[in-house]
Amino acid sequence: MSHRSGPKSRFWPLGRGDGGVPVPLLVPAVLAVGFLVLPLVGLVVRAPWRELWPALASPGVGTALRLSLVSATAATAVSLVLGVPLAWVLARSRVRGRPLLRALVTVPLVLPPVVGGVALFLVLGRQGLVGQWLFETFGLTIPFTTTAVVIAETFVALPFLVISVEGALRAADARFEDAAATLGADRWTTFRRVTLPLVAPGVAAGAVLCWARALGEFGATITFAGNFPGTTQTMPLAVYLALQSDPEAAIALSLVLLAVSLATLVLLRGNWLGRAGVTP
Amino acid sequence: MSGRRAARRLVPAVLALALTGCGSGGAAPAADGAPTGTVTVFAAASLTGVFTELGDQLAAEYEGLAVQFTFAGSATLATQVLQGAPADVFASADPAQMDRVADAGLPQGSPGVFAGNVLEIAVPAGNPGDVGGLADLADPDRTIALCAPQVPCGAAAERLFAAAGLTAAPDTLEEDVRAALTKAQLGEVDAALVYATDIRAAGGDVEGIAVPGAADVVNEYPICALAAAPNPAGAAAFVDLVRSADGRQALAAAGFRTP
Repeated sequence: MSHRSGPKSRFWPLGRGDGGVPVPLLVPAVLAVGFLVLPLVGLVVRAPWRELWPALASPGVGTALRLSLVSATAATAVSLVLGVPLAWVLARSRVRGRPLLRALVTVPLVLPPVVGGVALFLVLGRQGLVGQWLFETFGLTIPFTTTAVVIAETFVALPFLVISVEGALRAADARFEDAAATLGADRWTTFRRVTLPLVAPGVAAGAVLCWARALGEFGATITFAGNFPGTTQTMPLAVYLALQSDPEAAIALSLVLLAVSLATLVLLRGNWLGRAGVTP
Repeated sequence: MSGRRAARRLVPAVLALALTGCGSGGAAPAADGAPTGTVTVFAAASLTGVFTELGDQLAAEYEGLAVQFTFAGSATLATQVLQGAPADVFASADPAQMDRVADAGLPQGSPGVFAGNVLEIAVPAGNPGDVGGLADLADPDRTIALCAPQVPCGAAAERLFAAAGLTAAPDTLEEDVRAALTKAQLGEVDAALVYATDIRAAGGDVEGIAVPGAADVVNEYPICALAAAPNPAGAAAFVDLVRSADGRQALAAAGFRTP
């Protein structure tokens, strides 16, 4: 879209102007694309195209897909509300123990999601630290509800957003904030009027990453939220269970999830992120 | 200085490791025809306890023989075997998954049923949901975990409810029997319908309630050695042990039904 004009490269035969890719970068990049895309090609090639429509038309698929999209979006919204402030604290504040805090935030990234699901039980389950009180006081149970799906997905996806936004904050020029401060803005105003617009592309990229991770979430969800059509059965769970009895149907379902997530990501990249200036 | 000394000591050790490593996968029987090397057994997750015990028994019987297990859901294992996983033995908790492997012509000989499992109700210790029988699992007010109908324990549960003329009221349909049991162990459900052997293996965390009619819905476990087994002698030895009197005794002690 926005084509920057620059001096023509005389060194890289493969491209012209800014589009040139040095060979030492091109070869690994092509390998990387192959590595990531070939398994998807395998899915497409092996897909039972004839059985695709019957598989897609079954009412369970629409329900699971809708639940997936709704819960991933809700998890992303919660992550934005909680994660952007946390990223600011990690990048800008002088709170003590930030290295420890940062390590704690990344724990869900290394924790096997199934363990994350058990951990959520131990806190929010009927017998959990907080869950028991909720149950006895309000008669409220969280596991096996759609809320549990959103909680499990947020637990797993939030760190992706926090790390992206923190990186963007660190890369942003803090002198704009200093200038705002010298002009009399308090830190909250500075955050809203200067910092946030400055790192908007980073926030958007983090949100997309967070949404994608939430959409594909399996382990924590099936452990903490269980699996029930219409309430807690998201697409990844439906795919996994289909795999147990009908691998062809599982491939068909995977393709649906793939198509929907790809379409969403391409659309966002083109319209939202592109305009925000992440992609030239 | 010390680095070089350490390296000098390390080289023979690494060499020895590499040599034994090369040898362990081999199928060559010892001079007297006894199986050696490593036997790789792919077995349904519910067999974890009893097969580990039988594996130790076999390794004690034959010097130079090691038994290595992969325990997972039968469908996952069947897929891996079909994709060419280097397994010697496949033991399934579901005849349908064994059929997938048999249809591809992979077993050595025809698979045989070596055990059966029946469903039982698992409740958290102390039975907080006051569950008395199968009818309580049809009560929407209780929190109930069943297996998903796509996996063997779920299919058996469906048949059990149908035979009893009840409509189950599950809150979650778990991906395998261990996941259903975990929900009961954590006290997050009032009851879960799992295998009798799982309740036995869980110890004191859960209590079992026998279900009348469960004996009519036996889940059968077939086993076979694989034709492409890297270690055919070891595979035959393991299958023989499972089907021997010793094997049946161990299975019965774990709560399985034996033929």
